[in-house]
Amino acid sequence: MRRVAVVGVGQTKFGELWDTSFRQMIIEAGTRALEDAGISGEEIDAMYVGNMSAGQFIRQEHIASLIADHSGLAPVPCTRVEAACASGALALREAMVAVASGMHDVVVAAGIEKMTDVIAEAGQEMLATVSDQEWEAFVGATFPSLFALMARRHMHEFGTTDEQRALVAVKNHHNACLNAYAQHHVELTVERVLQSPMVSSPLRMMECASLTDGAACLILVPLEEARKYTDTPVEIAGSGQASDTIALGDRESLVSLRATREAARKAYRMARVEPKQVDLAEVHDSTTISEIMAIEDLGFCEKGKGGKITEEGMTAIDGPLPVNPSGGLEGRGHPIGATGIAQALEIVLQLRGEAGKRQVKKAEVGLTHTVGGSGGTAVVHLFRRR
Amino acid sequence: MGVVGYGAYLPRYRLKTEEIARIWGADPKQMKRGLGVEEKAVAGPDEDTVTISVEAAKNALRRGGIDPSLVGAIYVGSESHPYAVKPTASIVAEAVGAVPEMTAADLEFACKAGTAGVQACMGMVEAGMIRYGLAIGADTAQSSPGDPLEYAAAAGGAALLIGKLDGEAVAAIEATYSYTTDTPDFWRRDMHPYPRHGGRFTGRPGYFKHTLSAAQGLLRRLGLTPRDFDHAVFHQPNGRFPVEVARELGFSLSQIRTGLLSPKIGNTYSGATLLGLAAIFDRAKEGERILAVSYGSGAGSDAFSFIVKEGIERKRELAPKVSDYLENKVYIDYATYCKFTRKLVR
Repeated sequence: MRRVAVVGVGQTKFGELWDTSFRQMIIEAGTRALEDAGISGEEIDAMYVGNMSAGQFIRQEHIASLIADHSGLAPVPCTRVEAACASGALALREAMVAVASGMHDVVVAAGIEKMTDVIAEAGQEMLATVSDQEWEAFVGATFPSLFALMARRHMHEFGTTDEQRALVAVKNHHNACLNAYAQHHVELTVERVLQSPMVSSPLRMMECASLTDGAACLILVPLEEARKYTDTPVEIAGSGQASDTIALGDRESLVSLRATREAARKAYRMARVEPKQVDLAEVHDSTTISEIMAIEDLGFCEKGKGGKITEEGMTAIDGPLPVNPSGGLEGRGHPIGATGIAQALEIVLQLRGEAGKRQVKKAEVGLTHTVGGSGGTAVVHLFRRR
Repeated sequence: MGVVGYGAYLPRYRLKTEEIARIWGADPKQMKRGLGVEEKAVAGPDEDTVTISVEAAKNALRRGGIDPSLVGAIYVGSESHPYAVKPTASIVAEAVGAVPEMTAADLEFACKAGTAGVQACMGMVEAGMIRYGLAIGADTAQSSPGDPLEYAAAAGGAALLIGKLDGEAVAAIEATYSYTTDTPDFWRRDMHPYPRHGGRFTGRPGYFKHTLSAAQGLLRRLGLTPRDFDHAVFHQPNGRFPVEVARELGFSLSQIRTGLLSPKIGNTYSGATLLGLAAIFDRAKEGERILAVSYGSGAGSDAFSFIVKEGIERKRELAPKVSDYLENKVYIDYATYCKFTRKLVR
């Protein structure tokens, strides 16, 4: 199996892009990635695009063809990958496998979601389709309410507090203020988070990621070829994917995602990295409790201590283990299919030393963690500067 | 050319934000803070856009002091005309005694059809086609139960009598400027009882873009700055948007305070800008300059600059003021509101 590196990255601004269409967005992100890698479209061998639900959000299926067509790259093969919120991360994994196997040399891994062309309530209903329709959505569970159940149980078992959760939102919004591509440029306080409207008790509006439009794109090549394209290649040193029950009620635990633990175990083993060697991480903070559970399940702290280490500033941008320096899903925005790619893009920028005002010091090893649904899929990647 | 008479009308019933929040399980403090609306005006069971228009028109004619038969045109702007086919304007014309040698029509441009009527009357007066024209903006705004719109959608209206400035007048119209695009931020399709809207999309690309552009266009055309105005009134879909747009344009809170009615009556749609203007006329002094900017979803804004004339002091006393209607109120509960707005029928 060949080793794989990222040699080009590009993204659109994340936000309510009311005057930009789906096709414009993917072309903008793709063009930037090609420019960054210094290659032309003719060099591309294959494309993998993460997208959760263009069929629901813009009533357009068959987006693989649409993207190949409108980027002027047909007949290059293009494949759409779907695993709810983990669609982008899975597209990256598929693209990596394609290069590692020797099947293709220059491969695009992209992600896109156009979510704000529908009214907000409709968007929320569409999001709920990633949960179990028969056992969750039909009986009234909204997507945030599943995470609210996890938050309640986490508070009950470990004494995690509202304030500790709110600090996750405060940190990630602060980081997003340093990211020009982020959706939300607003500094929060714990008070403001805890006074925002209740979504599903105990989770409040400022604790949940919002509906976002955005696209992001990476260019992957074999590591041995990478220096032809860039002086700062970043290797995808480890990749892990795992599945779990789609319905929360069928899981062994409400306070830990087995898919995350399993995907992380595989990725760490492949990269020969221990959690303590990770310098920074982009984790799936679809809600504040999601980040707290993620940093525990990824092995950054003992189970139940996620809120405490957040409170202690361990995960701050200048802390010992910066988590979500980009702003995360909450601050940068969460265009579902684009999120996994945007997380990897942030790690690449950080490992290259190109993250500007939010640059993390001594960044050698970075991790991305993406969750599909309430935990039915998880994908973990480890990156290393080369 | 200018305003020779003006009239306002508000129904007496009020529904508090707390009461709506109570029914839908929302946090009343948050709703009040978020929308800047404390209570809204609700039409009684025997009121509609026709009756509101007639009341406002009669008040305008009282202040105009003219023979109603001299009114050559009546335009009623509304998105709640009682009939889909058959005009509101002809009923109003008959009721105020302006028929039959005249023209009349209904206008619709979401919340700005009232000011569109003002412009139509200005053109006809200027062209010598009519001596006086009556432009009315009135609504009994619809909102789906539980929709955030329900906290603001209100009832009320106001009328301006437009004519040449050859006698005693309320205000001269210095200039008007409009800004219009196809922006689908809020709509109601034929045969549908309640409007739909694009949520946050109604804000920046809708209300703000058009209101700011129309105001800036008018200021540019006249070579004026916000400091040249004593008062300003902007369309008020809630209590926050007009304050924000004033701030972005460089107007102070004291310049918009007099015309800002939405915290106490909600959004009277086609009536909103004209009611705010009427409240300013109730207080303004001769020589003062007023900016008025309407907004209609779909989307467009009409901006006007008025200069108050000497006739205002006497004329304003000839009909009820906006403050009279604001003070004359009766609170109703949500069930009564449902009955009055025919959500509950037997």
